[in-house]
Amino acid sequence: MSSLSRDEVAKLAALARIEMSEAELVSLSSQFGSILDAVARVQELNLDGVKATSHPQPLENIFREDVVLPSLTPDQALSGAPAQEDQRFRVPQILGEAE
Amino acid sequence: MIKNTAAQMSSALEKGETTSVELTKIHLDRIADVDQKVKAFLHVDGESALKQAAAVDADRASGKKLGPLAGIPLALKDVLAQEGVPTTAGSKILQGWKPPYDSTVVAKLKAAGVVILGKTNMDEFAMGSSTENSGYGPTFNPWDLTRTPGGSSGGSAAAVSAFEAPLAIGSDTGGSIRQPAALTGIVGVRPTYGAVSRYGLIAYSSSLDQAGPFGRTVLDTAMLHAVIAGHDPKDATSINAPVPAVVAAAKSGDVKGLKIGVIKQLQGDGYQTGVQARFSESLDILASLGAQIVQVDCPSFEYALAAYYLIAPSECSSNLARFDAMRYGLRTGEVDGASAETVMNATREAGFGREVKRRIILGTYALSSGYYDAYYGSAQKIRTLIIEDYKKAFTQADVLVSPTSPITAFKIGEKSEDPIAMYLADVATIPVNLAGICGMSLPAGLADEDNLPVGFQIMAPAMQDQRLYQVGAALEAALVSKWGGHLISKAPALGGAR
Amino acid sequence: MALSYDDVIAKYEPVLGLEVHVELNTESKMFCSCSTTFGGEPNTQTCPVCLALPGALPVVNAQAIESTIKIGLALNCQIAPRSRFARKNYFYPDMPKNFQISQYDEPICFDGYVDVEIDTEEGPKQFRIEIERVHMEEDTGKSLHVGGATGRIHGAEYSLLDYNRAGIPLVEIVTKIVPGTGKYAPEVAKAYVAELRDILRGLKVSDVKMEQGSLRCDANVSLRLIGSAVLGTRSETKNVNSLRSVERAIRGEMIRHAELLNEGKKVKQETRHFQEDTGLTRSGRSKEQAEDYRYFPEPDLVPVAPAPAWIEELRAQQPERPSLRRKRLKEQWAVPDKEMAAMINADALDIVEETVLLGADPTKARTWWLGEISRIANEKEIALTDLTISPKDVAEIVALVAAGELTDKLARQVVEGVIAGEGTPSEVVAKRGIKVVNDDGALMAAIEKVCAEQSETADKVRNGLIPAAGALIGAVMKETKGQADAARVRELLLGHLGQPSN
Ligand SMILES: [Zn+2]
Repeated sequence: MSSLSRDEVAKLAALARIEMSEAELVSLSSQFGSILDAVARVQELNLDGVKATSHPQPLENIFREDVVLPSLTPDQALSGAPAQEDQRFRVPQILGEAE
Repeated sequence: MIKNTAAQMSSALEKGETTSVELTKIHLDRIADVDQKVKAFLHVDGESALKQAAAVDADRASGKKLGPLAGIPLALKDVLAQEGVPTTAGSKILQGWKPPYDSTVVAKLKAAGVVILGKTNMDEFAMGSSTENSGYGPTFNPWDLTRTPGGSSGGSAAAVSAFEAPLAIGSDTGGSIRQPAALTGIVGVRPTYGAVSRYGLIAYSSSLDQAGPFGRTVLDTAMLHAVIAGHDPKDATSINAPVPAVVAAAKSGDVKGLKIGVIKQLQGDGYQTGVQARFSESLDILASLGAQIVQVDCPSFEYALAAYYLIAPSECSSNLARFDAMRYGLRTGEVDGASAETVMNATREAGFGREVKRRIILGTYALSSGYYDAYYGSAQKIRTLIIEDYKKAFTQADVLVSPTSPITAFKIGEKSEDPIAMYLADVATIPVNLAGICGMSLPAGLADEDNLPVGFQIMAPAMQDQRLYQVGAALEAALVSKWGGHLISKAPALGGAR
Repeated sequence: MALSYDDVIAKYEPVLGLEVHVELNTESKMFCSCSTTFGGEPNTQTCPVCLALPGALPVVNAQAIESTIKIGLALNCQIAPRSRFARKNYFYPDMPKNFQISQYDEPICFDGYVDVEIDTEEGPKQFRIEIERVHMEEDTGKSLHVGGATGRIHGAEYSLLDYNRAGIPLVEIVTKIVPGTGKYAPEVAKAYVAELRDILRGLKVSDVKMEQGSLRCDANVSLRLIGSAVLGTRSETKNVNSLRSVERAIRGEMIRHAELLNEGKKVKQETRHFQEDTGLTRSGRSKEQAEDYRYFPEPDLVPVAPAPAWIEELRAQQPERPSLRRKRLKEQWAVPDKEMAAMINADALDIVEETVLLGADPTKARTWWLGEISRIANEKEIALTDLTISPKDVAEIVALVAAGELTDKLARQVVEGVIAGEGTPSEVVAKRGIKVVNDDGALMAAIEKVCAEQSETADKVRNGLIPAAGALIGAVMKETKGQADAARVRELLLGHLGQPSN
């Protein structure tokens, strides 16, 4: 019987950037046991030497030529922006630094 | 007229017996009449549909050469981007978003003169098998309004089966076209992965998603398939090969000498009695038409559901990361001094529904360090075994068959509290997605115990989509002559609300 | 306590690791057809793909693959017969998809090396820097922090995002750990980055402008006690954006680590930021826990499997290696060892070669760049190439001197003028009214005047003591305010005093 504690769910929620309520954390944690049991069936077979499939079709080397095509207009680019200023997306203060 | 097939509407248009504007109007009227009950649509844009229809009529009047579906109305699953038209993927997090671009499928529909009536309801981000997970309320099955139409393309399936549109586009990640087609008594095809461009299809699980057609007949579905399929340089996983001759196959419908493989693992326990009865009946019909029925063994299919519920959530946890309140869509929690991170967290909490969050968390877990190999890694290996099972089975048979769904349409609310029970609805459809091959569901009759439609699933190897239509057309013809009409004609009248 | 660098290297051995990010100079972005032109109006070079609009899909730029393979070949790497892209998942507002398409366990190039040479007191020394991998990825957008103090991230009230740079192709070149450089670690690192830059420039795959960020270096530094096999904890200094800074940052980190270790404290594994003004690094926001990037194969992109024939074709097109080029130029120009090393150390090889290609004599070109011009650059504490004087200007000055229109002394004034922004050499000559006194009559008048004033010296010359002429020539030059041609003065003076002039 697998399980995932409330704290583990909270850690995953933080990693996935979802601010879950306490009730949600507890309820998800209680459901995860049976979900993990169901998916853990993938571990029942001996899979040594079996190749992993990431892409369903055996395609390779699909490229595009290095050619510039028209971009969106800034109006189009910003058309869905919750807020904008000076032709840029306006967002709340960013904490932390980029990679 | 509204109960005609798309092929009949097409010939009426060609003969000048009707116009696209007239066709569009009667469908808009039908939507106005019944959609309050069915709730198939999230957005109907009658004005622009009529404008599009008038343009096609004008083209026709001027003698322009038009495709067979020019002027025919269609319902579009809200998962496909359409320029300037609200596109939400059934999620609150995208409420009000209007894409500044067309998906390739929409561009192809427009180029073919197909009239887009509006956007249909769906499980949020295509995650679900009942359309109950929509952020905008459920869709109701036209056969029984207390039941779900299946999902995730429940809105599209319901629209076609309720005669709100002769054709619709859905998307199928684990059965999301075939299962609702089965539950609403219509035809639905999930084309080969890479046969229809995914550009502009809002991603749920990139390696499994594929858009495809719904119709009330095999031929109608083939005609729509032919319009949307084809190579697209904007999708790096798109197959650069000619579109299989699906329309010709749907017109020929011959199974003489064909080997049809019944998959041992997709029957028996868990399959409703009436589903099993209609399935065997269909097999008998195919045999009587000259097909050879063989049994095939696909042992790894036992693990398909488990593999699917690791791969799809893993990919979705990454695909849905872009919904972060920065560039488009919902933004909430923007109180004084709130950081971008806080706003992101609050928006994703408020904008995503329960099932979407469940899958994001599951996928985040399956990919996280220390668990990757045991979960995601193993699931990808199971995927290889499933592909190998299919390969072997296709050496024994030209097509493979099974019931589409183990059960007929279930009650709204019946499974919504039990995710595992809901996941089982896709047990027979998921292997096709994992292997990237193609599958069709077509009506096999009504289950005796509940008088609800049963779907018959046909599967064919990658880029052999024409085989689906060849077998489907043969079975459909025999069943229609047995029933004295299409199954959909047995659907209860919804009556007018006006 | 503040340690000296000598104290540090007496006790510890530095171990380096260098990650260099290079922006490729493709026309279009890595995964979409938006332009890569630098400096466009905000959000004018964006599309559904690089804005990560719902439904959009990436498609790989063929030229970016080719450039990356070229880089791999130049760095003596193996080219993977099959490699895949992977998603690196983490949230950051300037990264639209909230994952970066990168490569994880299957990079396109791996296992290479670069040899670098540095000049030491014991003569030139060679070091081999082993390359772990070369892989492709994409750049992020740019954020502008508004409110608070000076546009810095801390204290800003909100931020403005421009995605023009989002999706610019990046190649990341990662070294294996570099032990054994001892006290030369900072110079070796600098030489490595310079060598990379020269290689990339030779390949024409990047603008390699460190100041514009098209080449940036992250330096990992750790110390271990000399003789110990155990690696110390490393710090990672981000985005060091000049060659000089690479050297300074590593030296600074070595001292900082040693101070901590000597005090019995631990070095924190963290990201640090180099500060140009102080030459020190400051701590980045340390993350509470290591980020879990949840890498997995990018399902939207299929594997890259370059055909062996294509790789061989690219190998055959490889340009001359910078080390071979240096050898060739040293011979062609007949440069002594020491001067060659000085030229490389000053990063002047390219500009000298350009100057020579514009017609200047190699020795003259080198002397100008490494002499007067370097002196000014040092005074201003900037790189030679950042001065406003160009190879074309120097070639023009050399030509003017050769034509006798400038003396060396006058030419120095012209150099000064060009660097001060007064225009091209001929414009400076015109503006400042600089002119060689060619008028023999005027020169003779000055010579007669000087010989009369210093008659004793003049007599010595008359009596055959030629070296004594130097003082007289100097006085004549002074008299003519440096505008005379010294050679001509000497000729006239010796003639005047009845001596042969050669
Ligand atoms: Zn773009």
